[in-house]
Amino acid sequence: MTTQPIHFYQVGSFAVGNRLLDDDGRTVQSDPNRTNSLDSGHRACQGCGEALGARYAIDAAMRASQGRLVAVNATGCLEVFSTPYPETSWRIPWLHSLFGNAPAVATGVAAALKVKGKSDVRVVAQAGDGGTVDIGFGCLSGMFERNDDVLFICYDNEAYMNTGVQRSGATPPAARTATTEAIGSEAGNAFGQGKDLPRIAMAHDIPYVATATVADLHDLEDKVERAMQVHGARYLHILVPCPLGWGSASSDTIRVARLAKETGLFPVFEAVDGKVTGVSPIRHRTPVEEYLSIQGRYAHLFGEHPRTDIIARIQAMADRNITTYGLLAEEPADIDPKGVDV
Amino acid sequence: MFQVRIHGRGGQGVVAAAEILSMAAFAEGRHAQAFPSFGSERMGAPVVSFCRIDDRPIRTHEPVMEPDALVIQDVTLIHQVELFAGLSADAYVLINTSRSFDELGLGEFARRFHRDRLLTCPATELALEHLGRPLPNAVLLGGFAALTGQITLDAIGTAVRERFPGAVGDRNMAAAAAAFRFVTLEEEEMVHASTD
Amino acid sequence: MLRQIEGSRAVAETVALCRPEVVCAYPISPQTHIIEAIGVMVASGALAPCEFINVESEFAAMSVSIGASAAGARAYTATASQGLLFMIEAVYNAAGLGLPIVMTLANRAIGAPINIWNDHSDAMAVRDAGWIQLFAETNQEAADLHVLAFRLAEELSLPVMVCMDGFILTHAVERVDLPDQAQVDAYLPPYEPRQVLEPDDPVSIGAMVGPEAFEEVRYLAHLRQLDALERIPALATAFEEAFGRPSGGLVSPYRTEDADIVIVALGSVLGTIKDAVDARRDAGDRVGVLGITAFRPFPNDAVREALSGARSVVVVEKAFSIGFGGVLSTDVAMASHDTGCTLRTIVCGLGGRPITSRSLEQAFAAAALDELDSLTFLDLDHEIVERERTRMTTTRRSGPSAENILRDLGTVASRID
Repeated sequence: MTTQPIHFYQVGSFAVGNRLLDDDGRTVQSDPNRTNSLDSGHRACQGCGEALGARYAIDAAMRASQGRLVAVNATGCLEVFSTPYPETSWRIPWLHSLFGNAPAVATGVAAALKVKGKSDVRVVAQAGDGGTVDIGFGCLSGMFERNDDVLFICYDNEAYMNTGVQRSGATPPAARTATTEAIGSEAGNAFGQGKDLPRIAMAHDIPYVATATVADLHDLEDKVERAMQVHGARYLHILVPCPLGWGSASSDTIRVARLAKETGLFPVFEAVDGKVTGVSPIRHRTPVEEYLSIQGRYAHLFGEHPRTDIIARIQAMADRNITTYGLLAEEPADIDPKGVDV
Repeated sequence: MFQVRIHGRGGQGVVAAAEILSMAAFAEGRHAQAFPSFGSERMGAPVVSFCRIDDRPIRTHEPVMEPDALVIQDVTLIHQVELFAGLSADAYVLINTSRSFDELGLGEFARRFHRDRLLTCPATELALEHLGRPLPNAVLLGGFAALTGQITLDAIGTAVRERFPGAVGDRNMAAAAAAFRFVTLEEEEMVHASTD
Repeated sequence: MLRQIEGSRAVAETVALCRPEVVCAYPISPQTHIIEAIGVMVASGALAPCEFINVESEFAAMSVSIGASAAGARAYTATASQGLLFMIEAVYNAAGLGLPIVMTLANRAIGAPINIWNDHSDAMAVRDAGWIQLFAETNQEAADLHVLAFRLAEELSLPVMVCMDGFILTHAVERVDLPDQAQVDAYLPPYEPRQVLEPDDPVSIGAMVGPEAFEEVRYLAHLRQLDALERIPALATAFEEAFGRPSGGLVSPYRTEDADIVIVALGSVLGTIKDAVDARRDAGDRVGVLGITAFRPFPNDAVREALSGARSVVVVEKAFSIGFGGVLSTDVAMASHDTGCTLRTIVCGLGGRPITSRSLEQAFAAAALDELDSLTFLDLDHEIVERERTRMTTTRRSGPSAENILRDLGTVASRID
């Protein structure tokens, strides 16, 4: 019998095709019987990273909890596009209260489940970056320090998209938003600002903190799975590109997310009990221009007179992340980083 | 209705004193209402508490403006605070000090009142002796019982023990009983002096 | 059992008898004694099962209560003043979601200037939030209203706020007849939620509602408050049967039968008013009192009926709408618009200013002679106000008014009240 060599890296995406894996190694998303927690028919934009991230994360959480899950949602795009009255895309028990209180509401749900003896039912809370790093921060920090039994997921699209793309505390430097317009010599969002919430979460010494992007489904699902294996306050920060707010092509959502990681601008790591325990190494180190130039929010850096000075500052941020997290340390030698057949 | 105002400083149990007095009145089947002067109190700051005692339900919730009795737990307040506001000539005054009214510079003031209704009592000394701590509040209630006859020492004992269960209550009660004896003797001496 | 007990303690023990399952605590005077006492009961195991959660803000306290209630637990918290304002978004949300949370509001003024003492500005600030608001006249009623509140809230699936005067009631040690567990259990059935987050029957709660249905949803909330107007008297009757004493109800009239003048008020000042009214009766004035127990929903019919024979109505309020006048007065005026009575407002007790029976008696006597102004600020020091007005007109940088007035008054530490 002739054997056929298996080519793992066929598509240039470094994604492992599910059909080539054992059942155990396959993603939740590849399972035709997955919950599909965020069902089709919702009102998200084409190529919405948040819709993708939420379905990935909540389906994985549903598998990890054997379908015994309650979700709390902050106000924001996800809430608005998933529940236009009288319809809902959620196939799980779901509660939306306010913009800034999702962590506290989730604490209340967890307390109720505990007092009712429903130890099998788990709680997730989800919010965008505004609901997490800005208006919801007080409640989030409180939930963390009390170590309440909640997995909090931030879908980070780096601005207030629901209200028309305004700056948040998670908006990166130089990015154009409706409140950081591309005007003047320091166009776009200022440098030296913003919150690094994963690190703030780690400073609370909560049992589990991780970052992920929608570009790496296996990694994202694994992190949800690991987060669900522990009790107490857990935090998952998922980068979810927003075609509308970022000015990227709807078809480029995964590509943009992958470039955020591969440039080093968005370090993908996990931390247990306040210590970084693993990073997702950069497979193919990429200059930040490649990431920036395909997004309209950075178009002012690439005009007639390219702002190489600003691009260099952004590159320096990426380089610092690479050093801080050791993002190049574990590059496997036997894999062709270009992704072509071996 | 009999109305009491208690002055002291934060940390001396001024609020507890009014509360205990009300509990004592309650123990005797009477209606009582105790409440503090509602400030953001700090240790050492002047504090006032109030207690009303009546045979009927007490409906009013106004502060005590014209007290029938005044208990002053901290003598250092006498020249700093309007201690004697609203006091009628028939009022009772009990001051925690080992000094006399004349020594406090209140001799002239005291002559406006019934002589046998104004007394000083060394409650802090009695507290130190019996409790080992300078907490005059429950002690003075023993003196108050003897001075005014509005409440029995037994009822004060019931309330003190309810508020401070165990040995602390017993020691407070011993000190209160000592104050009761002290005031009773003072009163007797005064009666004696006036008949001489 | 009859006890001589602090109001906060009486409320805490009564709330514990109601078997709350999730209790949130955030300290703010003057409600802290309530929450502290419940915390002790949870820690000692006297109240179990119950999750007692120390949160980071009042906003979180109400938000945790929302989550707990939506997940099927009986939820309770307490707040006051700035705390209520800090949680106000969640206060509206709890009502909009129809979650039967019970909250004690230890009524306190709102700053600036910061003031920890009692008035009703906080309760008035949320009167349109969709909560049922019940006002306690005494500590007995404050305790009893909580038992009634849990049952009312859960029957209607609406949140209930029990308002009790901060310090005046919360810190007063008075006689209270506390119920026992069996009595409360017989009156208050276990919480059966109308909606619950449950994996076996998933629902979405808190969907976005657009113009096509929002008005209907709001109108429904109004109807459910009107249902409360039926349920509150029924539950008060049931309460009296179960506990042997009257408590709650929509309104509480006192000597109104033949009254020319009826004084209307909320909360603990009713006791002082009754003393003043008795004195005026002795002086020959036909005066009565109407206590409003249910402020929201407002008992229009009951108020109109109670005021129907009155020539003159005087509303005594511990709050007012700056730039307008009385708040409760507006409601009373609407309820009595066709009875032909004259309505006057007395604003008093702001920021803890003592309301004395002497001042009230004078005002009521003036009302009997039709000499009371339509809006009176009781015991207001006009001279102090005028001095500051002069400063403001003569000096551009006159500085902060509150501090100027304090300087005019001299040391406040020496004042007895």
